[in-house]
Amino acid sequence: MCATSPSRRGFLFKLGLALNVIGAALVGIPVIGYILAPARRLGGQSWITLGPAAKFPEGETRLASYENPFRVQWDGDSAKVACWVRHVEGGRFQVFAVNCAHLGCPVRWFPQSRLFMCPCHGGVYYEDGSRASGPPPRGLFEYEYEVRDGQLWVRGGQLPTLSGHV
Amino acid sequence: MPLFRKAGGWLEERTGLEAAVTPVLAHRVPRSSASWWYVFGSATLTLFLLQIATGICLALVYVPSADKAYDSLLYLNDVAPLGWFLRAVHFWGSNAMVAVMTLHMIQVFLFGAHKYPREMTWIAGVFLFLCTLGMAFTGQLLRWDQDAYWGLGIAASIAARSPVIGDSLVHVLLGGPIIAGRTLSRFFTVHVFLVPGLLIGLVGLHLWLVLRLGINEWPMPGRVVDRNTYRQRYEEEVRKDGVPFFPDAARKDMVAAGVVILVVLACAALFGPFGPGGVPDPTIIDTAPKPDFYFLALFALFALLPPWTETTLLLVGPPLAIGLLFLVPFISGTGEKSWKRRPVAVLGVILIVLTVTTLAWLGVIVPWSPRMQAWSAVPTPVQYIKGRSPLELQGALVLQNKQCRNCHSLAGEGGRRGPALDGVATRLTRDQLARQVLQGGGNMPAYGKNLSPAEVNALVAFMETLRQSGEPPARNTAVPRSPARP
Repeated sequence: MCATSPSRRGFLFKLGLALNVIGAALVGIPVIGYILAPARRLGGQSWITLGPAAKFPEGETRLASYENPFRVQWDGDSAKVACWVRHVEGGRFQVFAVNCAHLGCPVRWFPQSRLFMCPCHGGVYYEDGSRASGPPPRGLFEYEYEVRDGQLWVRGGQLPTLSGHV
Repeated sequence: MPLFRKAGGWLEERTGLEAAVTPVLAHRVPRSSASWWYVFGSATLTLFLLQIATGICLALVYVPSADKAYDSLLYLNDVAPLGWFLRAVHFWGSNAMVAVMTLHMIQVFLFGAHKYPREMTWIAGVFLFLCTLGMAFTGQLLRWDQDAYWGLGIAASIAARSPVIGDSLVHVLLGGPIIAGRTLSRFFTVHVFLVPGLLIGLVGLHLWLVLRLGINEWPMPGRVVDRNTYRQRYEEEVRKDGVPFFPDAARKDMVAAGVVILVVLACAALFGPFGPGGVPDPTIIDTAPKPDFYFLALFALFALLPPWTETTLLLVGPPLAIGLLFLVPFISGTGEKSWKRRPVAVLGVILIVLTVTTLAWLGVIVPWSPRMQAWSAVPTPVQYIKGRSPLELQGALVLQNKQCRNCHSLAGEGGRRGPALDGVATRLTRDQLARQVLQGGGNMPAYGKNLSPAEVNALVAFMETLRQSGEPPARNTAVPRSPARP
């Protein structure tokens, strides 16, 4: 006759419960950490070259593109990022993200009227990137830039949005 | 046949499936519920099964990798045997599922089926509704074309407006710093594993609740739902005047489900698959992204909300609307079921349907989007050039060259962002025209810095001619009518 005592049964139940809670935590915490990991901004920002500054004539605004430095092998074309480079005068530049400050659609430059227009909801910006009209709450997002040894460099790597800039 | 029966008996002894399923199929439902109005739920479920079947087939070929997804879609369309058909069925099936599910929801609401004791059935249904819209959105992203890419940009831009966590939310959503490979993998997982799993569980719960609480009886005006008497009266009705669900009520469900499936297959065969659109290369910016039809209303709302209300409404509006949907059975959990005695409910449905349809229609014609090619692609109408002076003609050129037509139409052609310019001379005086051009305002950029005085002069001279011959020009009412202005 081998009767298990009530205290032993209670202990086993509690042990079972505890082991499973520990197991769930040990699986759950890494899973949540894994899913939320990108919140820590993989990579941050980095200096990227847009090529020789001479490619961008004075007084003009031209489309340039670069590869995101924090790319993965399987990004394909989507690793490419476009930006508008405005050579104001004498080596003074402005580099804008193409993304409209309203909802991120790509703005287009019209040299004749010297305006950027967004095809989505009709946001318009002046040549210096400031908001002209429409729904955008601010001007275009602007990159920090540097000219080193005749090369134009910008600091970027993140999707520009209202809460985090290029 | 005896062999079949023997095999059946063998199986039944071991599984007991027949004993489990028969009472479920034969359970009695109110005779009044065997109606054509009650077929939308089962039709939605049938469409869901169709989506699962075609979805699995597509996953056999589709490559959820940002560098290959687009090519694999083209392969499905053009090379894989019948790949085009399965893509088409999946696309039309998703449209049908959203549409039939919406009908189901409206029917259930108008028939008071959300009232006591079926509150949880409604809540499970609202979750199903949200999950299905989630499937529609993520599915459209897996198409990985320009619309998908910039659609993600829009989603990220909305997420970024949340206070405090905005930036983190964007990065969790995208799975990385920008919209790229990691983003597609995330949305693939959500579309193929996460939400379908949720949907299957929720469908199970929804059906279990329908079985447990019984199908809603046909609402009779005056038959008021009372928590104390409802269940007793329902059970009495089913006992006295009930019919077995299968086959009496299921007949119409089967016909409706069959018709819906055949319509989807016919659409798929006739119209073929949808997209993919342009290559998802973010450096190709000549694109005007647009969502699939279920999100056109939302897309329109973003354009029409006054900018200062936008962030608040974007963040508060959807949770509020969804919260309200969940609260429906608690706001009106008892009382009249019949739509004939619920004018507020009926008006509410009409109002919502009209609002969503109007917004969606506006989303189709996008009057707020500049027509990016209008300035170079749409000529100045001949009648506005005939007999004009050289200065006025110069102005017509300025109007064309400075992209005015992208937002302003002439003779019905051009953008509709701003007012049409036909007849503008009857509304604005010379001074007002010049001021509007130079300073902008009312959603128009200021052209002061971008036009020379000569160009402004010519442009205004041209616009002063834009009126019908019989119409008087606008005039400054502060100045006496005669003598005429110098």
